[in-house]
This record gives sequence, structure tokens and C-alpha cells, in this order.
Amino acid sequence: MNEYIIGIIALTGIQLIAMLGVSLLSGFTGLFSFGHAGFMAIGGYVSALSVKYLQIPIFCGVILGVLAATLIGIVVGYPALRLKGDYFLIATLGFGEAVRQIIEYANITGGAKGLPDVAKAFNLPTILLIDILVIILLVNFLRSTHGRNCIAIREEETAAQAMGIDITKYKTISFAISCALAGLSGAMMAHFLQYLHPAMFGMPISNMLIITVILGGLGSITGTILATCILVPLPELLRIENIQSWRMVAYGVIILLIVQFKPSGLYGYKELTFKQIKKYIANLKMRLNRRRKSFD
Amino acid sequence: MKWGCDMLLQQIVNGLSIGSIYALMAVGYSLIYSLMNFTNFAHGVVVTLGAYFGFYSLTLLSPNIAVAFIVALMFGGVVSSIIELTTYRPLLLKNSKRSYLTIAGLGIQIIVENLLIIMLGGRFKTYPLALFNTGSINFFGSNIGVIDLYILLISIFLLILVELYVNCTKNGLAIRSAAYSTDIASIMGVDVDKLMIKVFFLAGTLAGIAGYFLGIKYTAYPQLSVLSNKAFISAVLGGLGSLTGSVVGAIILGLLETFVSGYISSSLRDIFSFGLLVLVLLFRPTGIMGKSSEDKA
Repeated sequence: MNEYIIGIIALTGIQLIAMLGVSLLSGFTGLFSFGHAGFMAIGGYVSALSVKYLQIPIFCGVILGVLAATLIGIVVGYPALRLKGDYFLIATLGFGEAVRQIIEYANITGGAKGLPDVAKAFNLPTILLIDILVIILLVNFLRSTHGRNCIAIREEETAAQAMGIDITKYKTISFAISCALAGLSGAMMAHFLQYLHPAMFGMPISNMLIITVILGGLGSITGTILATCILVPLPELLRIENIQSWRMVAYGVIILLIVQFKPSGLYGYKELTFKQIKKYIANLKMRLNRRRKSFD
Repeated sequence: MKWGCDMLLQQIVNGLSIGSIYALMAVGYSLIYSLMNFTNFAHGVVVTLGAYFGFYSLTLLSPNIAVAFIVALMFGGVVSSIIELTTYRPLLLKNSKRSYLTIAGLGIQIIVENLLIIMLGGRFKTYPLALFNTGSINFFGSNIGVIDLYILLISIFLLILVELYVNCTKNGLAIRSAAYSTDIASIMGVDVDKLMIKVFFLAGTLAGIAGYFLGIKYTAYPQLSVLSNKAFISAVLGGLGSLTGSVVGAIILGLLETFVSGYISSSLRDIFSFGLLVLVLLFRPTGIMGKSSEDKA
């Protein structure tokens, strides 16, 4: 495999972590955030700057970045999550933009010029390992009481409250986890690309996170993984003029179609399991055999 | 950087002029929110297209400022109505979640913005400013741009018209009753479907004009809809769903932005406005004049 393809796979793996965070928040808790790129930025910049100026190991820097994203997420989320419907979405949108503007304005972050010479870390195997770890943790979380409580909130908030679920608490937990994952993704991106720029975390990125999750299917981890693996490398493979714009146009059209005709997304509220795949293959074999017999 | 009185007056007129453009857009957000309880994210698209319609009317159709104004106004209304008919109407009929409406609006914004980049290029389209009176009036020692003054006066005139329309006409009464409850309004004989088209048309005309003004003041470019975020902040600041509130919010935001960029730093301007949005949502989500959030959520 040449370096270019490895780079694409690695970046897809890094973005997958943020996507999974948004998937937990939107798909399983029913909250739509339009500012998660802001948390990626916090994770990335905190990690890169702390490694650069405090001379701490990269590993500690990444953890610091994740912690910063989580803490800021809790501070912003705790009051914002009490807002209903659109207001939460708007608060996250405002937050994401504010973070980007502050990064562009501040001196220490390199401003609008970007931050070069970030310490190098993470290779493809590590990234994939972290991906698998995150997926296992997330699936376990969703199977626990806490995860089920989140899903109950998505299904019907009032009913969940009547069953004794502390809605704000579980929304905050879900938001904090998604912020932590966004922060982790941002920090890994910083150390993998060795370069940071405010435009890497603008509103288009927030939009892309939420769009990919909706396309993959709300309430489905496998749906999110599939959508990420298809949508993130796609523009790299199709190199035509204006590809970035065409891609966004296609995303927009798909979003409209999905919202109109299949609001649950491509693989909504279902998981793709090995059992299903086995069943499908068995089914296929049976059909092939039958056809062969009919030919005979 | 001067702190003098002449500078202050100039800043105030600047702030009022940009604030009045925000108000034109914010009223559109508020009107639609008050009827349907959702944020029309496609509103910014109409603003951007209004700026382009104005530009192409001036350069291709006729170099007449008034004609371009009418073109931006009419096409803004038409585009907005089309968006309502093709995107929101089917979703509302299916009783979709409100957040899906917002996401659909976002989809439209992404499509239009990128199509504009593909078809017309991402460059700034500067209006032929020779057609406009770019001079300034000397007023008590401060220079006030004629364009700013015109924008301010026309916007105030239009906002008064909208206020009169909502408060003194039969359609306005229908809008107010539907804002209270669309179900009850339709029982009382209001054709809510037709009313929505009218409201979207009205919001679209205002957005088209706002786009035209923004085009004159800045330029026309695909990401112009970013500025509609500011209008959105104004609407939230004043209280979504309240027309007077959104105008007040827009004026406050316009003045704040001008003062921040005039006296502190222009790169801090956007941080202030987005920070203001977050603060308002955290401490007073209903805004200055909004209804209680329980009614709206």
C-alpha cells in the first residue's frame, strides 16, 4: 500500500471517532448538534499546544485535549441541554463558530495562518486499534442502563421522565461523551497531520459530521461506520474539478431525499451483525442452488 | 482610533444601517418561527440569491437601481415560496419532527451555496458602484455615507409597512391567530396552507431586499448567507416569534458590532456576536420580548 492510500484510511479512521460521538448524541439521544467541529478544534489545539509549550509527552497531551473538550462540553452543555428543540441546535452552532473565531483571533494558536510543526504521532495500526476500542466501549455503553436511558429519552422524553430517568443528567452524559470523542478525534488529527488550521474545524465540518450520521442512519453504530467509510474517502478517490463543491451538493440533495422519504437514514435503528450477514449468505446460497436445480 | 463625537455619530449611523439590514432578515425568521415553530435555515439562501439577482439585474438587465431593487424583491419572494412548497410543505404534511425541517433547510443552504460556487465561481461580485451615490454628507463634522442613510431609511419604511400589514390587515390578523395556534386558526376559517405561502413570500421579499443591500454594502458572494446567521442571532436576542423584538435585537446587534469593530478590533466582532448568542440562550432563551420557551418548544 502506498502512503497516499494509508493516509486516506488513517484520516477516515480519525474522523470515524468524531462521527461515533455525534452518532451517540444524535442517533441515540435525539439531540442535533451543529457545532461539534468546535470540540474537535478544542481537542486538537489543546493537545498540540500543550505538547509544544509544556513539553509533556504526546500521550498526555492527547488526554489533556480530550479532558478539555469534555469539560468545556459539560460547561456549555449543562445549561444548553435544558433548552428544547431548535434552541439547543442554535446554541451549539453559535458555540462552534465562537470557538473558530477565537482560534483565528488568538496569537498562541497561530491565528488564521494555522499552527505548523505539531509533534508527530499515530500510525495506521494505532488509529485502527483506537477505533476498535472506541466502538467496543460505545457498544457496551449503549447496552448498559445508561445507554438504554439515553435511547428512552430519544424515543419519548416525557415518558422517559415519567419512568424516573433524569433527563438532563443523561443528556449531559451523552453530550460529554460525544464531546470527548470529538476532542480525541481532533487531537489525533493534529498529531497525525502535524498541522492545524481554523478552517479545518469550520461549520462545513460540523455539517458534515451530522450529515454523515443522518445518512448512515440514526440509532445505528454500524450505519455510522459504513457511512463514514464510504463518504469520507470518496472525494479523495474522485478527483475532478470542484469536487468539494459537487460533493456538498450531492450531500445536500441526499439529505433532502432522506429527510423526505426515509427519515431514519440508510440503516436507521438497526445494526448490521455477523448473524445477519451469515443468514444473508445462506439465503443467497439456497437461492442459487434452487436456480441451479431448476436449470437441471 | 478617535473617541470624538463626530466619530461616534458616524458609528451610530453605520450601526443603525447594518442593524436595519439585519432587522429585514430577522423579521423573516421571526414570522416563520411564530407560525410554524421552526427555524428556517434556508432563509440565508434567499439573502444570497437576492444579492446575486440585484447584481445581475444591474449588470445584465438595466443599470437602474430601482429595477434591481424590484427584481431582488420579487425573486426573493418567489424563491422563498418555492422552498416552502417543495421542501417544507411535504414534510409538514407528513408531520415530521421539527428538527428534520431544520436539517432540510440546512441541506438547501448547502446545495445552493455550492451550486453558486460551481456555476458562478467563488469570487466576489462587486456591484457597479458608479450607479450609486457613494458620497457622504457632512453632518455636525462627521461623514455619513449616503448609501448607509438610504439603506436605513428604506429599511425603516419597509419595517413599518410589515408592522402595519401584520397589525392592521385581514391577512395580518390571520397571521397573528395562526401564530397563536395553527389548528384553532384553521378551525376559524383561515386557510393555513395559503397563509404559509404568503408568509414565506413576505419573508422572502424582505430577505431579497436585505441581500440587495448587503450586495451594495459589501459584494455578492456564495457565502453571503453566513450574514443571515447574524440576523438569526438578532431574532433570538429579541425573542424568536416577536416582530418588534427581532427589530430591537437587530438594532442592538448592529450597534454592538459597529462599536466593537470601531473601538476594539474588527476581528473580535464575530466573537462578540456569537458569544452574545450563547449567553442569551443560556441566561434568557426567550430573548428580550419572546414568549416563554415552554410555549414554543
